[in-house]
Amino acid sequence: MRAGDGGHDSVDLVRPYVITNGQDLPKGDEFELVTLVTVAAGNARQAQLDPERRALLELCSGGYLSVAEIAGHIGLPIGVIRVLLSDLAGSGQIITRNPVPAAQLTDIQVLQEVLDGLQTRFG
Amino acid sequence: MDSRLASDDHTYLPEAVQVAAKILVVGHFAVGKTTFIGTLSEIPPLRTEETMTRAGAHVDDLRGVQGKTTTTVAMDFGRLTLSETLVLYLFGTPGQQRFVQVWEDMTRGALGALLLIDPQRLEESFPVMDLVESYGIPYAIGVNYFGEAPTRPDDELREALDLLPDTPIVTCDARDEKSSAGALIALVKYLQTRTS
Ligand SMILES: Nc1nc2c(ncn2[C@@H]2O[C@H](COP(=O)(O)OP(=O)(O)OP(=O)(O)O)[C@@H](O)[C@H]2O)c(=O)[nH]1
Ligand SMILES: [Mg+2]
Repeated sequence: MRAGDGGHDSVDLVRPYVITNGQDLPKGDEFELVTLVTVAAGNARQAQLDPERRALLELCSGGYLSVAEIAGHIGLPIGVIRVLLSDLAGSGQIITRNPVPAAQLTDIQVLQEVLDGLQTRFG
Repeated sequence: MDSRLASDDHTYLPEAVQVAAKILVVGHFAVGKTTFIGTLSEIPPLRTEETMTRAGAHVDDLRGVQGKTTTTVAMDFGRLTLSETLVLYLFGTPGQQRFVQVWEDMTRGALGALLLIDPQRLEESFPVMDLVESYGIPYAIGVNYFGEAPTRPDDELREALDLLPDTPIVTCDARDEKSSAGALIALVKYLQTRTS
């Protein structure tokens, strides 16, 4: 997949609406760009899914990816990916691991871990 | 679409991953954002798009969109798995004020930003600086020199950009891994001083 793919024309723009069955786009805080997503264990109801949802489940079946990565790999706008994910989460087919909630780790701890990680990797 | 993805372990995060942190790489047109992200990322940089009306509103409802002029905006990003439990994402987008939704998404929960500048085009950095500041994102300046550009002393840049006395200024070549990592590390150290 190349970065730089894109160029939807006005005809393509109708498609996302069709894919999402006209649902309202979820607000960003439900699926943030770095919310981590994977398939739920025992997820089986794939037969009657449309190609976009099937592709999404297939992609997510290998492990955790961020919402942004899913959008990048699938090649659909973030807003559309959010609708699909929220749909699949609602039917129990995917699960999320939210970006670090403030209650669990402070920024201070995260920054220290980021610094340690960067220094180990590039130092 | 890439059907090999599901079988390529390197695409996925470690099972134990708990924390996804986010740092922004921002700057004006062609200042080196994508290069910087690509230099440090462990995955080929990806790109996402949002559908916008030309006026800048996010298209929440695409009914009747035909005939309306729309455009898509790219946001580049890369990934660095820094431990079994921590992954860092680097997001980059140009500083166009009208792409409000992109900036809201990008800045939500971001630790900070590296703002890349070209000393020969300083005035082009002001809109991006305004945007970063308006979202309250702490930032460091990464100075990219292009071509045979003469270097400029930090205090001169600080004055020209009207920076706070403690805002770090780091020279970096976005094409070089060590140099780019050094700029990121300087940013993180600065962010630490602000939270302690
Ligand atoms: N000399 C020099 N050239 C650079 C540096 N960073 C990037 N370049 C070059 O500058 C050009 C633009 O870099 P990009 O990474 O595409 O810039 P960008 O900010 O992503 O550009 P847009 O996404 O179009 O706004 C490329 O040809 C890079 O090779 C740098 O630090 N030093
Ligand atoms: Mg770019």
